[in-house]
Amino acid sequence: MIDLHNPDWSGASVKIKDASSLDPFEYGLEYGSPARGLWNIVHTGMLLPESHQIFVCAQGCLRGVVLTAAEMGAMDRFSTVAVCENNVLDGDMEALIIDGVADVIHKLPKKPKAVLVFTSCIHHFTGCDLNYVYARLRERFPDIFFTDCYMYPIMRKTATPPDPMMRKRLYSFLPKVEVRSEKSVNIIGNNYPTENSSDFVRMLHGADFEIRDLTRCRSWEEYQTMGSSRLNIAYLPAALPALTDLKERLGMDYIYIPLSYDYEEIRKNIKALSEYLDIKEIDAGLLEEEAERSLDIAKRLVGETPIEIDYTATSRPLGLAELLLAHGFNVRRVYADSFTAEEKPAFDRLRGAFPELELRATVHPKMGILPRAAVKHDEKVLAIGQKAAYSSDTPYFVNMLECGGYWGFDGISHIAEDICDAFTEEKDTKKIIQVKGWGCNC
Amino acid sequence: MHDASGCNSTYNTHDEPRWYDMPSMVFISALAEVDAILGDDAKLIDDICRAAEELRPRFIAIAGTPIPMMMGTDFGGVAHLIEQRTGIPTFGFATNGMNSYNKGATMALAAVARRFCPPDSEVKRDAAAGDAISVNLLGVTPLDFSVTGNVEAMQKSFADAGFRVNSCWAMGDSWERLISAGKADVNVVVSSCGIGLAEVLREKYRIPAVTGIPVGEAAQKELFADIRAAAESGRDIDISAPDAAGASFVVIGEPVQSASIARALRRDLGIESVSVISPLDFPDEDMIFARLKNAGTVIADPLYRPAVPAGCRFIELPHEGYSGRTFRDRIPLIMGEHFNDWMKKEMSL
Repeated sequence: MIDLHNPDWSGASVKIKDASSLDPFEYGLEYGSPARGLWNIVHTGMLLPESHQIFVCAQGCLRGVVLTAAEMGAMDRFSTVAVCENNVLDGDMEALIIDGVADVIHKLPKKPKAVLVFTSCIHHFTGCDLNYVYARLRERFPDIFFTDCYMYPIMRKTATPPDPMMRKRLYSFLPKVEVRSEKSVNIIGNNYPTENSSDFVRMLHGADFEIRDLTRCRSWEEYQTMGSSRLNIAYLPAALPALTDLKERLGMDYIYIPLSYDYEEIRKNIKALSEYLDIKEIDAGLLEEEAERSLDIAKRLVGETPIEIDYTATSRPLGLAELLLAHGFNVRRVYADSFTAEEKPAFDRLRGAFPELELRATVHPKMGILPRAAVKHDEKVLAIGQKAAYSSDTPYFVNMLECGGYWGFDGISHIAEDICDAFTEEKDTKKIIQVKGWGCNC
Repeated sequence: MHDASGCNSTYNTHDEPRWYDMPSMVFISALAEVDAILGDDAKLIDDICRAAEELRPRFIAIAGTPIPMMMGTDFGGVAHLIEQRTGIPTFGFATNGMNSYNKGATMALAAVARRFCPPDSEVKRDAAAGDAISVNLLGVTPLDFSVTGNVEAMQKSFADAGFRVNSCWAMGDSWERLISAGKADVNVVVSSCGIGLAEVLREKYRIPAVTGIPVGEAAQKELFADIRAAAESGRDIDISAPDAAGASFVVIGEPVQSASIARALRRDLGIESVSVISPLDFPDEDMIFARLKNAGTVIADPLYRPAVPAGCRFIELPHEGYSGRTFRDRIPLIMGEHFNDWMKKEMSL
C-alpha cells in the first residue's frame, strides 16, 4: 500500500521553477474531488428562461444530470430519454430522439418557449443524423425553438469541450436583427452576474449604457432583446466560442477583455473598451489606489499565513498568485492540472521571481489519498477556491468560483475583502463545497 | 471506470456518500475521442499500471461505460494484461451504463468473493462462537442503505435476536472479516446487490441463503425464524412478497427492501392489499403510472411523487440508488421496530 508517512508527491506536484510548460503534469487516470461548486451543463442551461431541457443518454449517465436538476429544484424544466442497448444495436437512434422528445413535450403541462435537446457521446460515435432529427422536431413543433446541446465528455480534450460548447449554444436562439440599439451591450458567457461595481460596468453605466446579461434575464422576451445589442463583451476564456459564433451567425461585434490581476493589462482592457465605444475612460488610477489599500489591509491581517489557490476560483490562478505574492502574501501552492495560454506571462514571471511556488495537480490519482493525509491540523491555512479548501482541509477559505463576477481593480478589492472575511470567519467547508453548482438559483 | 468523465461527478456526489471523508481509489480513465476512435487500449493499460504501481492497491477492478461497449473493449483481456504486468489481482467488468447499479454491484461482490475467499478446506471455524447462528449480510451498499444509521440498526436487530454477524458485505467491515465469510452458517441477502455473492458463497461453502431485511417487529421475527430454519436444513429459503392484484397500497423501490416492507405491512399492520413495483431495469414510466392509477397509498422515493394520482397518500422513502444524496436527511430508520414507529407516524399524518 502507499506510504502515507513518507509520501511521494512526484507526478502530482512540482515547483514552478521546474515546471516545463503550462501543462506540467502527465495525463492518466483521473481522481475527482468532492468539491463540486463549479456549474455543469445542466446548471448553465437553466439560465435560459422559459426553456426545457431533454437529455438523451444511457441511464447511468443520465443519473448525474437528473440529480443535478433534482437538487436545484428544477425537475419541472427537465426530462430524459434513456438510450438502451437495443437502440445502439438496432440503429434507430434518430427515431428514439424524435419520438422520445415528442412524447416528453406532449406530456408537459405547459409548452416551453425553447427546448434544449442534449445528445451524448453515443450519438457522436453512432453517426446519428442530428440534422434530420432537428428538422423533424421543428416540423412537428413549429411553435417551439429547438437547439442542439451536447453532453459529450469524450470531447473534453478537443477544441469543442462540453462547457464552452454549452455557453455557446445558450445564445443560439438570439435573433438576427437589422437595427441594433446603440446604447446596449451584452455580457456573454458567464454563469455568475458581473458585479455592478466592476470597473468596466461602472464605466458603461456612467455612459448610460444598458447592460444585458443572460444571468439577469427573467423572461424569454428579455433574453431575446440581447440580439439587438450593439456589442458583445466577455472576459472568461470559456466564453470565446460564444463570441465568435455570434459574430459569424448574427454579425455581432465583440470585444474580449480578459479577466486579469495584472494592473497594466486591466488598464489596457479598460482603455480598449472605452475606445471601442467612444466613451469616457473611467479613472483607473483611483480604482488602483483602492485596490492597493484593500490589499494592504488584507496583508496586515493575514500576515504570513500560507495561502493556497485553485483554478476553480479563477481562470487565472497564476495571475492571482503573482498579485498576492508581489504584495507580500505567503502564497505557497496553486492547484491546477494545466494553465491557459493567457497565463503564460504570469507563469514566466513567477518562475523568475518566486521559483519555489508549488504547482499541484487536482486530478492526479495521488490526489485522492495524499493531500488530506499530509495536512498539519495545527497550521492555519487560507484557501482561495473550493478544491484548495478541500485539499488543505481548512475552514478558512474564499468561496469564489469562476472569479465570482469580480473584474478589474474593483475585483481585486473584493477579493482582498473576501480574504479578510475568510481569515476571520470559519466556514462549514464540508457542507458548502459539496453543493453542486454553487449559487445557481434558477 | 473506463469513461471520459461525468461518471466521477456522480459517484463523488450521489453514489458514494463516504467520498468526502474516506480516502478512495476510484478513478476515471479519462477516455478521449481519439483513443476511442483508435481503440487505444494500450493507453488505458499503461495508465492503470502506472497508477497501480504508485498506489499499490489490494486489487484493481475496471468497469465499462457506453463508449467502451461500442468499442468492444475486451475487459477480461485488459485485466489479464494488467495483472501480468503489476502482479496485482485485476478484474474486468463489461458494464455499459445501461443497466441499474445492482447488476454491476452484484458482479463486483461476487468476483471479490470468488477470487479472495479461501477454499472451504482452509476455513477455520471459530469454536468459541458457541451456539449463536452466524450470518453474512450480503448486499450492504451505500446506495441501498446510505449512511444514516440503517446499517448499524440492522446489525443491532440481528445481534438482539441472538445472531452473530460474521461479515457485512461491504460497509464498515475489514478486509479480513469479509474474506472470512466461509465461517458463517447463513447468508442473508439484504439487497439485490448481494444475489451473485450468495451464489458464490453457496458454491464455495454450501452456505444457504435467506433473502430479506429485518423490517417490522413481527415481520423480522419471521425472517429470523427462516434464518434459523435455513441454518438447520442447509437449504435456501425463499420468502415471497405480497403481490395483490390492483392493490391499494403500493411499495416502489429496490426489490429486497420493497418486498420486506410489503411483508411488514401485511404482518405488522394487517394491510392485505399490498403490491411491489421494482423498476430497476428498463423502468417503463407508462406502466408505473398505470399501476398507480388506483393506488390509495404509495411508499416510494420522493422523485416518484409526480407519478402518484391526486388524492393518493404518498409516503416518502428516499433511496440513494434512486435519488442519490438529494433527500438523504429524510431517510427514516426502518429496521426492526423502527419501521412500526415510522409507519405509525406517517399514517397518522
